[in-house]
Amino acid sequence: MEDKEIIKTKNLTKLYGNVTVVNHVSFGIQEGEIFGFLGPNGAGKTTTLLMLLGLCEPTYGTAKVMGFDPIKEPTEVKKVVGYLPENVGFYQDLTPVETLEFIGEMNSIPQKELKERIDQLLFLVGLSKDRGKKVGAFSRGMKQRLGIAEVLLKEPKILFLDEPTLGLDPEGSRELIQFIKELNQSKNLTVLISSHNLSQVQEISHRVGIMLEGKLVALGSIKELSQEKFGVGDKEYSLEEIYHRYFKGEKDERS
Amino acid sequence: MKGLSAIIKKELGDHFSSQRFVILFGMAAIISFMTTYMAAINLKEALEGASKPGFVFLMLFSTPGAIFSLLQFVAFFGPLIGIVLGFDSINRERVQGTLIKLLSQPIHRDSVINGKFLASMITVGIMLLSILLVVSGFGLFILGVVPGIEEIVRLALFFVLSLFYIGFWLALSTLFSVVFKSITTSALASFVLWIFLSFFLPLLGDVLAKAGTSQDTNKLTELELVIKQTKIKETIELGSVMALFSKSGSLLIDPTRKTVSSIVVMGPVEKFLSSRFKNPLSLDQSLLVIYPYALTIVALTILCFGISYTVFILQEVRT
Repeated sequence: MEDKEIIKTKNLTKLYGNVTVVNHVSFGIQEGEIFGFLGPNGAGKTTTLLMLLGLCEPTYGTAKVMGFDPIKEPTEVKKVVGYLPENVGFYQDLTPVETLEFIGEMNSIPQKELKERIDQLLFLVGLSKDRGKKVGAFSRGMKQRLGIAEVLLKEPKILFLDEPTLGLDPEGSRELIQFIKELNQSKNLTVLISSHNLSQVQEISHRVGIMLEGKLVALGSIKELSQEKFGVGDKEYSLEEIYHRYFKGEKDERS
Repeated sequence: MKGLSAIIKKELGDHFSSQRFVILFGMAAIISFMTTYMAAINLKEALEGASKPGFVFLMLFSTPGAIFSLLQFVAFFGPLIGIVLGFDSINRERVQGTLIKLLSQPIHRDSVINGKFLASMITVGIMLLSILLVVSGFGLFILGVVPGIEEIVRLALFFVLSLFYIGFWLALSTLFSVVFKSITTSALASFVLWIFLSFFLPLLGDVLAKAGTSQDTNKLTELELVIKQTKIKETIELGSVMALFSKSGSLLIDPTRKTVSSIVVMGPVEKFLSSRFKNPLSLDQSLLVIYPYALTIVALTILCFGISYTVFILQEVRT
């Protein structure tokens, strides 16, 4: 199993001044896995993602993404990782086609192939008929779908999705989750998804990690975690119950 | 390199389709057109019947039209062009959440700031060049004088100098857009610095010159006092890039000018020479006089961009 670990971190730590934002985080993610990244706001999930992308330098500890060190070879990492940030922004005056063309050019995709991929992706995310509109006129859900098209354009091996369903209506968010699941199955994409929507994470994740105040307090499949917290039993606990246990446990420990 | 060209292309497209470019270009075109028209009319009247001096063509750029010459126009409004194109280059991306998207693409981080700066410089270059060409063509039409080789070379050098001068303000406003997260703050900082350096520094020079010589009023003669005051004033004014540009620009455009210092502070020999020999300076001699000033402008531009480059590379980007 060791050689199939596509992402690996060891004691990843980030300090801002005296505040420890990410505290000795070590985990590995298998190829083709959907990994749910959970935790309250400010737990250090985004910072961890940024460190994996090489956008933010760890104070200490190491990370490897497909064998590349994000600090030394950030461009190599960015070639294989598609990152959809939380609250992704767009150039308001461009059409979706222009937006994707710009992203494609930065990824050195040849013109002819780029045109085909853009057509396919716009169809895939359901924006084909809005291709001439300006992004400024898009709804939140349309923007989010365009964001997905953007990260898929470079045909990545790994997706980092930071709160992709935030602010979407229930139907839109369900569709998006379903879409991610399909991508994972059809293209063997490794997906690291951070979300507050626990039932959705439970639905698609093979394994989850829970972060609390910079520390990775739980790591494993939902079954493993439920056994760890509730003991061996026949009853399957939902992720919501498990999450709550961890959250409460941490609080009790401190008080 | 792929990333750099992609960003330059996108930024150029943005500039040329933006309203601010249209406004800026329109304003610059109208003012320069008016200025040269007035200058050309004045020149034509003055030259009526007289034997034509050399470098008539360049006079188009150095003769005041209604209020100011084209040179003064570039000195005053050039900074505005630079600031308007640069004050929000980085922090707008940050505010609209696109900077992190750019940086998570497989391009080098410096491509972003280099691409933006280069695209703005190309825009300024196109703007300036088209204005110079239109003015030249217009002058050609009214005056009927064909520029000589030296005049063309001098104009070309003036173009390069202006490019660096505007480039300085562009680099400065880019620096503010890297340092300040808010677009309003960076705009404000750029404009405040522009107004201070261009308008208040000369006033400050005046005040300080008077204050600095207040003890000497009894010891020095009237003339010595004026010389000392002018020296202090000019030294202080050198802190303004605008003064550096006006001084070096006017020598480039006007070959009959021989020195950057005003007549008051000239030594006796210098005064004698300039009144005795009316011949224009040759190009290499003009260059020799302005070279420290021109070099300072270039150095300041590079320094300013270098600082913004470094700050941007070291900055942590989260949005």
